[in-house]
Amino acid sequence: MKQTLPTSHSLELSTTTFDVEKIRKDFPVLHQKVRGNPLVYFDNAASSQKPIQVIDAISNYYREDHANIHRGVHTLSQRATEKFEAAREKIRAYFNANEAREIIFVRGATEAINLVAQTFGRKNVKAGDEILISYLEHHSNIVPWQMLCEEKGAVLKVIPMNEKGELILPEFEKLLSDKTKLLAITHVSNALGTVNPIRWMIQKAHALGVPVLVDGAQAVPHMRVDFQALDCDFYALSGHKLFGPTGIGVLYGKEKYLDEMPPWQGGGDMIRTVSFEKSTFNELPYKFEAGTPDISGAIGLGAAIDYLTKIDLNAALKHEHEVLEYATARLSQIPGIKFIGTAREKLGLISFELEMVHPHDIGTILDESGVAIRTGHHCAMPIMKFFNVPATARASFAFYNTKQEVEVMVRALECVKQLFG
Amino acid sequence: MDSTLKDLYQEVILDHNKQPRNFHKMENPSHHADGHNPLCGDQISVFLKMEGDRIADISFEGSGCAISKASSSLMTTLVKGKTQNEANALFEGFHKMVTGSVGDPLPENIGKLAVFSGVCEFPARVKCASLAWHTLKAALSGKKNEVTTE
Repeated sequence: MKQTLPTSHSLELSTTTFDVEKIRKDFPVLHQKVRGNPLVYFDNAASSQKPIQVIDAISNYYREDHANIHRGVHTLSQRATEKFEAAREKIRAYFNANEAREIIFVRGATEAINLVAQTFGRKNVKAGDEILISYLEHHSNIVPWQMLCEEKGAVLKVIPMNEKGELILPEFEKLLSDKTKLLAITHVSNALGTVNPIRWMIQKAHALGVPVLVDGAQAVPHMRVDFQALDCDFYALSGHKLFGPTGIGVLYGKEKYLDEMPPWQGGGDMIRTVSFEKSTFNELPYKFEAGTPDISGAIGLGAAIDYLTKIDLNAALKHEHEVLEYATARLSQIPGIKFIGTAREKLGLISFELEMVHPHDIGTILDESGVAIRTGHHCAMPIMKFFNVPATARASFAFYNTKQEVEVMVRALECVKQLFG
Repeated sequence: MDSTLKDLYQEVILDHNKQPRNFHKMENPSHHADGHNPLCGDQISVFLKMEGDRIADISFEGSGCAISKASSSLMTTLVKGKTQNEANALFEGFHKMVTGSVGDPLPENIGKLAVFSGVCEFPARVKCASLAWHTLKAALSGKKNEVTTE
C-alpha cells in the first residue's frame, strides 16, 4: 500500500548548513568501493563508523601510553590511569551524571543490563514480583529479565504496542502495580525506530516507587541524552554505536542503587582486601569493574565524546533527521514498499518490506550496488511475529550519510523490483 | 545488471522462486522433517513418500528467500524417483559446489544444480541454498529434531 508523503517535506537534495562532506572526511572507512561501487553505509544501527580522531586516540594510546592502570607507581601506568579516568569523566559530563563513580565501564549495553539483572535483580526480586518490559525490546532487554524471572519465580509483564509500533500508554499505566520491581524500557527501538516517551514513563513509574532501567543503545547516537533531565535510575549504552570502539559500553546507575547492589564479577580491582577467610569490596565504580578493563576502549569512547562535543552536534543530528525524512519520502514512492514501524516519533532508521521479495534477497542485491543494509529479525523476534514477517530490511542512518546516498539505495531497490518482476 | 548478481539470480532460480514445483503439503507422508535458518527466517518442511529405497514422491512447504525457495523446488524435481544413495550423492556434489571457490570445476553429474554455482561468491547465502538439502537428509534418516543451519 502506497504511503502518503509528509506534507511539510521538501524533496530537495540540498540540506542545512551542516557540511556533511567535511565531516565524512573524518571517517576513513566511508571512502572505499564495495563490489566496484562506492560504499553506502546504511547499517549504523548495527554499528557506527569511527572518526580518525577515535582511531588515532586508540592507536596512540598503544604507541605511547599503554600500561596497566590503577596500581602502578611508574610513569606509564600513571599516564594510562589518567587517560582512562579522564574518559570516565568525559562520559559523566556528556550525559550529565552527578558523579564519575556512577559511570561503570562494561562491554556494552547487553552486559550493562545483565549486570543489573544479576545484582539489583537477584537481590530485590522475589517470587510473585513483576518485571515490566515492552513489546519493543531488543533481545538484550528481554532475555536477562526472563532468566531472572525464571530463577526467582517472578513474572515478566510486557507493555503492548499498536500496528504503528507505538506503545499503548494507557496499558502501560495499568501494568504498573505494587508488584512491579523494575521497569526496563528501550529509549529508541532498534527494529522500528520508535522513540518512547521515556521521561513521562519514568515519572509514572517513580510515582509508584518503581525504578527504571533505560536501554539507550539506539538513542544516544541520535540525540543528546541528559541523565538528570530523564531522572532514569539506570541507563545502558554501547560505545560502538556511538562512534566509539567495540568492546566498551557504559552502565549509568544512581549512586543510591549502585551502592546497595552486591558486587558482580569477583577478582582484582573490585576488592579492597583479600584473604582466604574473607574479602572486602571496593567502592564505586570499581566495585563493578573486576579485572583489567578495556582501557583503550574507554579512551576510544572518550575520544568519540570529544568528537561529538567538538562538532556542531545539533546541526549534525538535524541533517541526519532530514536524511531519514528524505529516505522515507523516496522509498514511499516505490510501488510495493511497506514500512514496518510508522510511529509518529521515529529516529534513525527505516524498516521495510518489498512485495514479492524476501529481505535477504533485497540485502544481497543492494550489497552488489555497494549499499549496506541489515536484513533479518534485528534481535527483536517478538516484533517480527507481531507484524507477521520473518524479517525486514532495515536502512539505518548516521550524520555522515547523505541524500545522494539515499538515491543510490532507491535506484538499487528499483533494480530489485526489475529482477523479481 | 552486474554479472556476479546474474550468476546468483539466474533465470532458473527466479522462475523456481516465483513458481516453486512440488510446493504443497503431502497427505500421509512416510517421512518428514522441518528445517529452519534462524539468521534470516527461512523455514521449510520436506515430505517424502518412500517405496523401499526409492523416493516415490516428495513435496515441500515453507517460506523464505528466493535462493532457499528455488533450491527447495529444484531439489524436489531432481530427487523424485531417485534412491537414497543417489539423493545423497547429489547432496554431496551440491554442498561441495556451494562451499567451493569461484572457478572450481563443477562436480560430475551436478546437472541442473549448476545454476547454484554462483552461491559460493555469496558466503552469506550458502545456508539459504543448503537448507532444503539438510532437511531432506534429516527426513531420509528419520531424525525427529528440527534441522537448523546454525
